[in-house]
Amino acid sequence: MKEDIRQELRSQTRKRGSGFNRRDFLKGSGAAAAATALSQTAGVLEGSPGSSSSVIGPEIQQMTLNVNGQNHEVRAETRTTLLEVLRYQLKLTGAKPVASDASCGGSTVWIDDRLASAGSTLAVECAGKKVRTVESLGGESPDAVPQAFVNNDAQQCGFCTPGFVVAVRAFLDANPNATEEQIRSGINGNLCRCGTYANVIEAALEVVKGGSRG
Amino acid sequence: MAEVFWPAQGSAALLGGEHNRVDGLAKSTGVAKYAYDIAPDNMLIAQALSCPHAHANIRAIDLTAAQNVAGVVAVEPLKAEGDEVRWEGDLVAVVAAESEAACAEGLAAIKVDYEVLDHYVDDADLDAATGADATRPAGSNTQKADADAEEDAEFERLFGEAAVTFEADYGIHVITHMCLETHGSTCEWNDNKLTSHLSTQNVSGTAGQIAGPLELTAQDVTVHCDYVGGGFGSKFAADAWGVTCAQLAKNTGRPVKYMLTRSQELKNAGNRPSGFIHVKVGAKDDGFVNVWDSSHWGTNGPSGAPVSQNFIPYVFDPPNRRRVATGIRTNSSPARAWRAPNHPQCCAITQTAYDDVARHLGLDSYDVFLRNLSTVGERAAVYEEQMKLGAQLMDWKAKWHPHGKGPKDGSVVSGLGMAIHTWGGGPHNSRATCKIYPDGGVEVFLGSQDLGTGTRTVIGLVVAETLGLELNQVKVNIGSSEYPASGPSGGSTTVGGVSESTRRAATAALNELFAKVAVQLEANADDLEATGGKIQVKGNQNRNIAWKDACNQIGMGPIEAQGEYQGGVTYPRDYEGKRLTDNGVAGVQMAEVAVDTETGIVKMRKFVAVQDIGLIINRKTARSQIYGAAIMGIAYALFEERIMDKASGAFVNAELSDYKLPRMGDVGEIVVELYEPESEYNRGVIGLGEPPVISPGAAISNAVCNALGIRVPVLPMTPQRVLEAISAANP
Repeated sequence: MKEDIRQELRSQTRKRGSGFNRRDFLKGSGAAAAATALSQTAGVLEGSPGSSSSVIGPEIQQMTLNVNGQNHEVRAETRTTLLEVLRYQLKLTGAKPVASDASCGGSTVWIDDRLASAGSTLAVECAGKKVRTVESLGGESPDAVPQAFVNNDAQQCGFCTPGFVVAVRAFLDANPNATEEQIRSGINGNLCRCGTYANVIEAALEVVKGGSRG
Repeated sequence: MAEVFWPAQGSAALLGGEHNRVDGLAKSTGVAKYAYDIAPDNMLIAQALSCPHAHANIRAIDLTAAQNVAGVVAVEPLKAEGDEVRWEGDLVAVVAAESEAACAEGLAAIKVDYEVLDHYVDDADLDAATGADATRPAGSNTQKADADAEEDAEFERLFGEAAVTFEADYGIHVITHMCLETHGSTCEWNDNKLTSHLSTQNVSGTAGQIAGPLELTAQDVTVHCDYVGGGFGSKFAADAWGVTCAQLAKNTGRPVKYMLTRSQELKNAGNRPSGFIHVKVGAKDDGFVNVWDSSHWGTNGPSGAPVSQNFIPYVFDPPNRRRVATGIRTNSSPARAWRAPNHPQCCAITQTAYDDVARHLGLDSYDVFLRNLSTVGERAAVYEEQMKLGAQLMDWKAKWHPHGKGPKDGSVVSGLGMAIHTWGGGPHNSRATCKIYPDGGVEVFLGSQDLGTGTRTVIGLVVAETLGLELNQVKVNIGSSEYPASGPSGGSTTVGGVSESTRRAATAALNELFAKVAVQLEANADDLEATGGKIQVKGNQNRNIAWKDACNQIGMGPIEAQGEYQGGVTYPRDYEGKRLTDNGVAGVQMAEVAVDTETGIVKMRKFVAVQDIGLIINRKTARSQIYGAAIMGIAYALFEERIMDKASGAFVNAELSDYKLPRMGDVGEIVVELYEPESEYNRGVIGLGEPPVISPGAAISNAVCNALGIRVPVLPMTPQRVLEAISAANP
């Protein structure tokens, strides 16, 4: 069972390529620091051989962000993270700033249907892509995953919960018949401090079984 | 008249049931707003600069360059020239800017000239601390069964006649609170009145802390906090950064958000003191510990206090014991209350010694704990019952093997361990206002807060139970200093405080309503009861009036009634044999682990927690809190610690990628048993936040010891420490 997940991860890694180009390195090394570095080295990047992307900034950019199916006209510096735009311009605060190094899953969102850390992604990178946040799972008739979190009390302080909800939704989309063992080993990118793991496992299992234990 | 005391066990409509928390969907769909989420238009972002030195004097701070950075709006020093910085990471200046990135750029442009001073951070090594003149005496205390005997000679005699005597060392390192929502606030001013959206465990107590330094009265400050992203004892105060945020908002004329960064959170905003002990134990051949002689030490930061000697050894109180405490001053930030202050450390460094009694005598640890229950005081019988329950759930007797004598599966050995704990959990002071509106609506107001424990839901359940309504018919208003004051949420005091004040307020409101409808029901108000959405004559369901129709009789509304609990003052704790709340619980936990002797990795297999908490209001959230405590215990038993670099004095693992916490795959199976016989139910409501987080360290250490046959003396039991212990035992 675990092997299935490992194979999936391997194939995802292949699809993405090695991931170790300069821009990815900068993205992964702390958003604020990376942003500063990008803006200061813009001139260098422009002339560097092999650079496939055109260089924009450092001046403020006007961009269209598609978030939860709606287009938003946004003005942001090139060094501004997606998380900051979501939270303070679009007032979508479900994604949380928890770690500065994408190590806890608190700011997990979908970008073009792949999970990403909004806190270590620049807003300009998302122009023309489809961003989906935890709020897309709420509303009048909430998705089964957040409802299962309620039924199984899979939240305490709740600050990690939106990240977990997105991670569980994505994991179950890829593994709709996941076993308890697969759930336990497959959702380890998110951290909780209050200790809700036992209840998150139950919530995920409830969704798999399609039942409601409320 | 509605009765204020709780219904008898088994007769409540809602209390003790399985209820979803009322704010669950708001949290799980991301619409719950925390202090960090409040984002008024035109808001500035503030962040602080941390000192890179463990100990230094500030010669000069030059803010000029930072002030000229594009996007920076305000720069303020947080220290004056000549000030001493006593730990790495302390905050020295703050920048408010248009964006997070501009803020970071502004911080990088601040120039601070430090005179670097000598530092000391090693709290585990008592000799080194003594050599560095970093120790201070923290008390000593001796008890002897023979009070008249000369002390040294008596202890020598007692050790001489013990069936087994051994000396050992145990320890547990400093951990941090690691609130996932860092400390801080978002502040906005309107007409010289301040609203501080503060991430706090104490909405009623912090407004004054902000008002004082700003030369305002508390009435000019509203502290607001609907949701708080973790506290664990570290968010009682407004803190310097809470005041600074308000000041920056005033100076700039704009709303300001000032939250600590992750590393600043770990380095400044809360840690739990360490505990290390050297102990000599003498026990009888049945495992009864007759004599205990210990010296323990540890640090809580610059002031240098160890964990309290009052809990050495923990829960057990042997007839002869001598204990000496020494504090160590370190260049690290001051400790804050961490769930059950003193208890987890004292449990971890002493109930491990009790387990080693079993190891040295070849006895079952369960039997040794049982044998020593005669020294625990009034709750011995409760512990015994809880141990029986725990052993059944763990299948202890079938799984038990003597320490180090279990079967080996390749390089993997398994083992069992247990520990017991105690806590108070009596109520804090609390006031509540309950309103019943002519249209049938019900609201309750308390200046309390829900840390994720389910307080909001518990308050709603108490009101609904009292008024005979459903939970969704009650609107609970908490999280503001404008509501009637309640105590800070710490020490498991909240649920008792708010449930008693709420019950009294709702009962008083209901009795007013009874008076309004008594005539229509042709009954005396004293003979009415509220149940199932109706008010009816007791014992005569046919003479009733529906809730809404009853409320129509209120006239010019609403009915508004107060209820309060004030410790030992307002109401007798024990009235005609009945009470709403009580203080003092037991609790037993058992762990089963697998240890890989080649890699040193410890895996949790199963964890059992048996807990009494008096009358349980919401079984579902109560169980969650125990799951959470068990997982937090697994964290400090196996994963997390603050790592201080002796050479630089720096806290080197202050990011989430380096500060190890268990993930979902690390916690194994957890079984929670709520122990609520009628004798416990009748004690009333008792708090739960602290007790279940106490025992995991000792229980898991004892399980590892049972697996290996040797003690891994210091927590957390990282693979490195496990391998070191194995190689030390096999030189």
